[in-house]
Amino acid sequence: MDVFTDPDNIETYTTGFLWILKLTVAAAVGSGVLGVLLAGMRVSPVPVLRAFGTGWVNIFRNTPLTLIIFFCYFGLYSALGLELADDIDLNNFWLGVVGLSVYTAAFVCEAIRSGINTVPVGQAEAARAIGMSFLQTLRLIVLPQAGRAVIAPLGSILIALCKNSTIVGTIGLMESSSAMKELINANGDAVIPIFLVFAGTFAVVLIPTGYFFGWLSNRLAVKR
Amino acid sequence: MRITRMAAIAGAFALALSAAACGGGDDSGSGSASGIVGKASSDKKLVFGVKNDQPGLGLQTGTAYTGFDIEIAKIIAKGLGVPESGIEYKTTVSANREPFIQQGQVDVVVATYTINDERKKVVNFGGPYYVAGQDLLVPTASTITGPEALAGKKVCSVSGSTPAKRIQTDYKDAQLQQFDSYSKCVQALADGKVDAVTTDDIILAGYAAQDQYAGKFKVVGKKFSDEPYGIGVKKDDTEGCNKINEILKTAATDGSYKAAWDATLGKSGTAAPELDVTKLTNCS
Repeated sequence: MDVFTDPDNIETYTTGFLWILKLTVAAAVGSGVLGVLLAGMRVSPVPVLRAFGTGWVNIFRNTPLTLIIFFCYFGLYSALGLELADDIDLNNFWLGVVGLSVYTAAFVCEAIRSGINTVPVGQAEAARAIGMSFLQTLRLIVLPQAGRAVIAPLGSILIALCKNSTIVGTIGLMESSSAMKELINANGDAVIPIFLVFAGTFAVVLIPTGYFFGWLSNRLAVKR
Repeated sequence: MRITRMAAIAGAFALALSAAACGGGDDSGSGSASGIVGKASSDKKLVFGVKNDQPGLGLQTGTAYTGFDIEIAKIIAKGLGVPESGIEYKTTVSANREPFIQQGQVDVVVATYTINDERKKVVNFGGPYYVAGQDLLVPTASTITGPEALAGKKVCSVSGSTPAKRIQTDYKDAQLQQFDSYSKCVQALADGKVDAVTTDDIILAGYAAQDQYAGKFKVVGKKFSDEPYGIGVKKDDTEGCNKINEILKTAATDGSYKAAWDATLGKSGTAAPELDVTKLTNCS
């Protein structure tokens, strides 16, 4: 049980979770922006954009993330030559962020679209009546209300994203689950304690996150 | 409509539960006789933990397993009086070998299992039946001649493995790409995205000999570590461990060890190594 007193092992552990943090933050920003754009497309009056949004959601929501991440390395990088950074770790990191973002964006888009459905039609009609364009209506009237209605589901998506980011380990980033494998491989006598520490870290970080989003969604709820 | 929806939800839950139940595994039969010698003579059955993704050593095609580890498993089973029909293979990966032995999900592990001190604390090792060493697999035209020549090069190995760890600590100038399987490493090597793949020489030789890569890769042939492969049994099964070593001693002299090699890894032309019976563990 002296696994977690060895400074090398502690470093493996901390770098692992640091990667998870970086992946989660970067992919949350990426998928957030992308998800809002997609949601906008799915409710827009332009058929081509609607079809694009629907297609995106159906493709990426129904493809296993493992395959998407795998494709990011062997498709985008290996076959198509898309190199996002010189450093091998950074390159894998950004490929992972791309994969996580396109995947999570599908879920963000659907959450926001369900939020848009909670905004009474009268709001959009009133906006139209005072001469706002579609984009103005969406940006100033609909999205702010829709976003506040879906804080809790977005929180769930963020939690899922954080856990999903361990899949980037399959293309070589030493995130926490790869770090766990490394420690288990070197310390066959302490498999269960190592597992519990890694699983526990996720729980300790994510359980408060869930409560925070619950609180936030109450606080920001649109009173009607 | 409402009923069908409920039914669908219930079905999904049932599916999830049954999948979770499968993970539990059953350990019936290992209760009465704790050691493998006892189990072999009473049940005439043994479960072997083997790798399923290492050509030449332990490779699964369909439901059949082939490779040097499998042949060694057959020798052990024969020596214990278990017929070939009584052998069951179960896929183990590096991370679950110790738990599988401890929980009795497998009786014996023959899965490129390096003997080391940490593992000895929880597992009893017979063998070694082969001493591998870390080496490099490079494209045929590569100028890499050994681990010293790796500075600035991209080297691939399996994440969390001992070879990967060694590159990180001893050859810091190399850039390490890690995947969850060697097959991906070899694919990346074929695509030219990494300059070398590193792990035990015997595993690399297996990949180099695969038909689809014939003539493309070579093993550098400069071992930079010793990896004695052991045969794992339960920690308290000293009797079983001693028996395995006896069987290996016999196999070294009666030609069955050489036959096992020639039928698998020896196909690429490498002569069978000597099984050094003086190096066998003392099973304590």
